[in-house]
Amino acid sequence: MARIGKNWGPLHPQEAEKTESLAKSDLPRERQLELYHFLKLTRMVEDRLGNLYRQGKVVGGLYSSRGQEATSVGSAYALEPQDMMGPLIRNLGSMLVRGVQPREVMMQYMAKSDSPTGGKDGNTHFGDLKRGLVAPISMLGAVIPVMAGVALAGKMMGKNLVALTYIGDGGTSTGDFHEGLNLASVLEVPFVLIAEHNGWAYSTPTSRQMRIKNIATRAAAYGIPGEMVDGNDVLAVYEATKRAVERARAGGGPTLIEAKTFRMKGHAEHDDAGYVPKEHFDEWRLKDPIERFERHLLGNGLAGENDLKAITAKIDAQLNEEVDFALASPMPPPERAFEGVYEP
Amino acid sequence: MSTVTYLEAIRQALWEEMEQDERVFMLGQDIGTYGGAFRLTAGFLDRFGPQRIIDTPISESAMVGCAVGAAMMGLLPVVEMQFIDFISCAFNQIINFAAPSRYRWGQKVPLVIRGPAGGNVHGSAYHSQNPESYFQHTPGLKILAPGTAVDAYGLMKAAIRDQNPVLFFEHKYLYRRLKEELPEGDGLVEIGKARVVREGRDLSVITYGAMLHVALEAAGRLEADGINLEVLDLRTIKPLDQEAILATVKKTSRVIVLTEEQITGSVAGEVAARISQHAFEWLDGPVHRLCCPDTPVPYSPTLEEAYLPNVDKLVAKVRELASY
Repeated sequence: MARIGKNWGPLHPQEAEKTESLAKSDLPRERQLELYHFLKLTRMVEDRLGNLYRQGKVVGGLYSSRGQEATSVGSAYALEPQDMMGPLIRNLGSMLVRGVQPREVMMQYMAKSDSPTGGKDGNTHFGDLKRGLVAPISMLGAVIPVMAGVALAGKMMGKNLVALTYIGDGGTSTGDFHEGLNLASVLEVPFVLIAEHNGWAYSTPTSRQMRIKNIATRAAAYGIPGEMVDGNDVLAVYEATKRAVERARAGGGPTLIEAKTFRMKGHAEHDDAGYVPKEHFDEWRLKDPIERFERHLLGNGLAGENDLKAITAKIDAQLNEEVDFALASPMPPPERAFEGVYEP
Repeated sequence: MSTVTYLEAIRQALWEEMEQDERVFMLGQDIGTYGGAFRLTAGFLDRFGPQRIIDTPISESAMVGCAVGAAMMGLLPVVEMQFIDFISCAFNQIINFAAPSRYRWGQKVPLVIRGPAGGNVHGSAYHSQNPESYFQHTPGLKILAPGTAVDAYGLMKAAIRDQNPVLFFEHKYLYRRLKEELPEGDGLVEIGKARVVREGRDLSVITYGAMLHVALEAAGRLEADGINLEVLDLRTIKPLDQEAILATVKKTSRVIVLTEEQITGSVAGEVAARISQHAFEWLDGPVHRLCCPDTPVPYSPTLEEAYLPNVDKLVAKVRELASY
């Protein structure tokens, strides 16, 4: 329960200076560059999705994790191949770390026939147990007991796995947050819950979700460790998740990690977030997780400008191909609408 | 062969499935040490251990959610609702997580949610409900409601072996009132198949659960009047055995759908709609739904008797429809 009680709300501009240097990590250079790759990939995929949305190619809503990439990428990067994860709508980075290809997400958003759900569902609402991914549902909190069940099954089947999922500050107000975390705790299953405290649930600020400042303090109610991390520091998120995952795998039960971050866009693409005071965006722009990580890599001699440019250029070239592939997929045949409700 | 009660039949089916398949496990409230509110799982903890007989907090939503996750991983969870009325607390997990998973992203969710349903035991509004109509609307679910011990045994086994989320509604009025001999062999009963329990020629009563016995008793009484009832036990509510429903309608041309649910938006309504749509020209009278009124389940015996369908009400309705 190391950091509970540290007085650290999400919305204090003066914190910007203090949070500049990143957490200590023993991750070797190559792996830090891999983290950078996934951070950058996440943002660039979302930028491409934004283009497709503006071109009218995305048939539904578009959700962005801009500003929160470090939370997704850092936490997912702490998992082992046998581990299971339940990403939510703003965890594209987690899915990319688990091996999801950009074209899969693009085809999901564009409702294409070759999308992972064949056009039956959209956005990040797809899963693949082989890659350790459970698909979310829109009702927040519901994934928590489900992933507790995944963790329970892993324990019963001797799979040595840890199950991890996410919740936003708004989602902590649901009954399933309480029921799920409590059950996970009582059953002592290997489970990690990352609470992404990004300040806003659609248009509702955290102050209207709860009367506490730090979600991590809720861990005490379940008798489990609660930890706060700087959600815009990919290394801090990685290290905190790694500790929680290792504890869970060793039989130490669940952990609640609160990642302080900020949603840099609206709830979805249609939402200009006019209800968010402008100075909050200004403040958090300074704490952009990707730029901070770049300064860390450059400042500590882990990479030169050319290395980062090369990574970016490589992603850019890859995404050209991914977009072309996704666009070329046809729309699903209408008769598919009637198929696949039951498992034979 | 051994003679068992309806409750013992369910218990035996669960026991045998747990014995022969280690993937089967149970989640529920007070099912372990206490053996369940109806003692249905008494002895299970000693035999199968706390890893497979899991007492949970009072968290119906998390119980079902947890079962969904475990089912995705390849286990076969059976969740007990202490009383089926409490299934409403898990509504979201059932209709939004478990049911559409196979369609949405191809992930099967083989699990069973079971528990005591039904009234006539003075359980009042929260220990007497029949919630099937809330769920019959949801694609991806299967719903079973056995009316005999033999079917309870065979359908429970089929439910556990099924690869989809199955809701299994046991009628608590029948728990210790029925005694039957179980058949030789595995006794599996196919999901989705109704059964003609009594052959007849004049009028069909389509029913399930405890109302099956109301129908059979009424049939005996009406025999003296020269009215010959056919009784069709649906057994599976979802998917409905439309073929069997239409077959009995075409045979007798007069139908009463008898169910223990509030009438509006009921399973009986769905059965009646299918008959009017697909067998209209075979009918000699209106399809009548004999159900409960649109009130909560009342407590006092005089009120509950007024609320529930019974033999007298059915006999009166049969006479009316027979002379239509």
